[in-house]
Amino acid sequence: MKSLLEMSGITKSFDGFKAINNLSLQIGEPELRAVIGPNGAGKTTFMDIITGKTKPDEGKILFGEDNRSLLGMSESRIAMLGIGRKFQKPTVFEAQTVRENLAMALRNPRGPFAVLFYRKTTAGAARIEEIAEEINLTDHLTRPAGELSHGQKQWLEIGMLLAQSPRLLLVDEPAAGMTAQEREHTTDILRKAAETRAVIVVEHDMEFVRRLNCKVTVLHEGSVLAEGSLDHVTKDPTVVDVYLGRSDAGH
Amino acid sequence: MTPTRKSFVARNPSVLYFLAALGLFTAIVAVLSEASGVGLISTSFVKTLGKTLCLCLVAIAMDVVWGYCGILSLGHFAFFGIGGYAIGMWLMYARTEIIVIDSLAGQVIPPTPQEVSDAIGNQIFGVVGSSEFPLLWAFADHLWIQLALVVLVPGLLALVFGWLAFRSRVTGVYLSILTQAMTLALALYLFQNDSGLRGNNGLSGLQNIPGFDDTGQDVVSIAFFLTSAAALALGYLLFAWITDSKLGNIIQAIRDDESRVRFLGYHVESYKLFVFTLTAVIAGIAGALYYPQAGIINPAEIAPIASIYLAVWVAIGGRGRLYGAVIGAAVVSLLSSWFTGGGAPSVDLGFYVINWVDWWLVLLGLTFVAVTLFAPQGIGGLFDKLVRKS
Repeated sequence: MKSLLEMSGITKSFDGFKAINNLSLQIGEPELRAVIGPNGAGKTTFMDIITGKTKPDEGKILFGEDNRSLLGMSESRIAMLGIGRKFQKPTVFEAQTVRENLAMALRNPRGPFAVLFYRKTTAGAARIEEIAEEINLTDHLTRPAGELSHGQKQWLEIGMLLAQSPRLLLVDEPAAGMTAQEREHTTDILRKAAETRAVIVVEHDMEFVRRLNCKVTVLHEGSVLAEGSLDHVTKDPTVVDVYLGRSDAGH
Repeated sequence: MTPTRKSFVARNPSVLYFLAALGLFTAIVAVLSEASGVGLISTSFVKTLGKTLCLCLVAIAMDVVWGYCGILSLGHFAFFGIGGYAIGMWLMYARTEIIVIDSLAGQVIPPTPQEVSDAIGNQIFGVVGSSEFPLLWAFADHLWIQLALVVLVPGLLALVFGWLAFRSRVTGVYLSILTQAMTLALALYLFQNDSGLRGNNGLSGLQNIPGFDDTGQDVVSIAFFLTSAAALALGYLLFAWITDSKLGNIIQAIRDDESRVRFLGYHVESYKLFVFTLTAVIAGIAGALYYPQAGIINPAEIAPIASIYLAVWVAIGGRGRLYGAVIGAAVVSLLSSWFTGGGAPSVDLGFYVINWVDWWLVLLGLTFVAVTLFAPQGIGGLFDKLVRKS
């Protein structure tokens, strides 16, 4: 397994508070990875840095076999390099249909003029059908996305990520607010996606992480606290300390 | 293409209805005008209707930039005014030239080109105490160049302004304020006597088309009315095609969540810049058709309030649907000229007489509040509901 994304020595502070502190992490291709950590561990900032929304103060991020540095690239360029992101709150375009949402995400030229003169293709339509089936939305293609249930919106957003054909997928709390049945299906989608690409799932819910059955990285105060199988990291005394300590203080 | 793909018209039935309604309206006005000999519609009212069509054109541009792309520009009337100034310079120059040459023709010694030019300069700029032609007027005697400037100046200004604003990711109310500042700065500049555009006098006599002195205003007004209708029809088709395309999907997505669009890999700033610039160009064209019908343009036309009215029309008509913008602009601007022109009878309450010239703005304000509260989709939204029910 070769490494697809390599982060080393990443540091980012906001007004003196170190949200990310000398973080180093490697993801292979294909790989499924869960990132867990208590609130304020820097999970969101970690994603913001990879996708170009936040510029780190120090460190390197290299992507792909030619080790291209992602630093200084715009969000849209990073997305076109093959990094897709799903937000915690489902963000689909509610005024538009499920089909239109997926069509916008399909991997096609992104310039305004290319898009203005874009004609639908049979290949594109077939790909949309294929993704719709995978995310259980075949019967909802013509509905406005705003009418979907919470879980369906989460799937649609994952479907949009798949339509982008990214090499690395960043998924923030995909199971939040889902029913048990929906969670199961979400697990299947993510595991299948991870067969051919790298998928990083940021998650709070230990049960869901257990079901993903993959390598786990524990973040704490902006750096990696432990890494390994879920059983391995949950036995780690420092991890137990962080989680129990936090939950005692917090509740 | 998928086999189920419907045609453009089938996907946008409103385009056909709109064009039919506009065509019918245009034909009726033309037949009843003084130019046709029937004379049921006065020439001045034909001009009012022609101007209204131009306002509808700038309103659909506003709807695309605001209703579809989510950029609340409160400066699009600046582009409208620039279009008017660009064509006004030629109209005023060419007509003054004809008058000056006529008046100098009686002299024993034929005037030199320098004398002719000086006399024109005196005629145009005497009012601001100058007779020199400013650099701005370098091409005023070339109709084609001034016509090109109608498109190029608003386009270039929008391109530069938009590039600076969008790349700094100025959005929301901050962008609105910035666009207000732009139109205010332009108006203040034009108010100066040495701006080269006759300060607060503006450009006048624009209703007289050089070379058509023998043609009556009844015919001129109908010609402009028909041209305005054609421009509105073409503008409507262009915007309907754009909003129906995949680009239409993207700009609506930008309106709803622009950062999400970035993570889909789209360069949001390019899209905003494209829409901002294109709509500015259309606004310039609308202005170039409007002011020859108005006869005069002065800096007060591009005061910040004008662009706010434009947003009010689109909001009342209903954002995000082109015919909504047309309805809003037509209804509100016609009512406005009826109320403020003394057409509406005063209401005597016994203890107070409501004089609409003073109270129209209050009524408009109340209407705006009522629409925002009770019909956020505007008149167009109510219309949509009716269509869906039947």
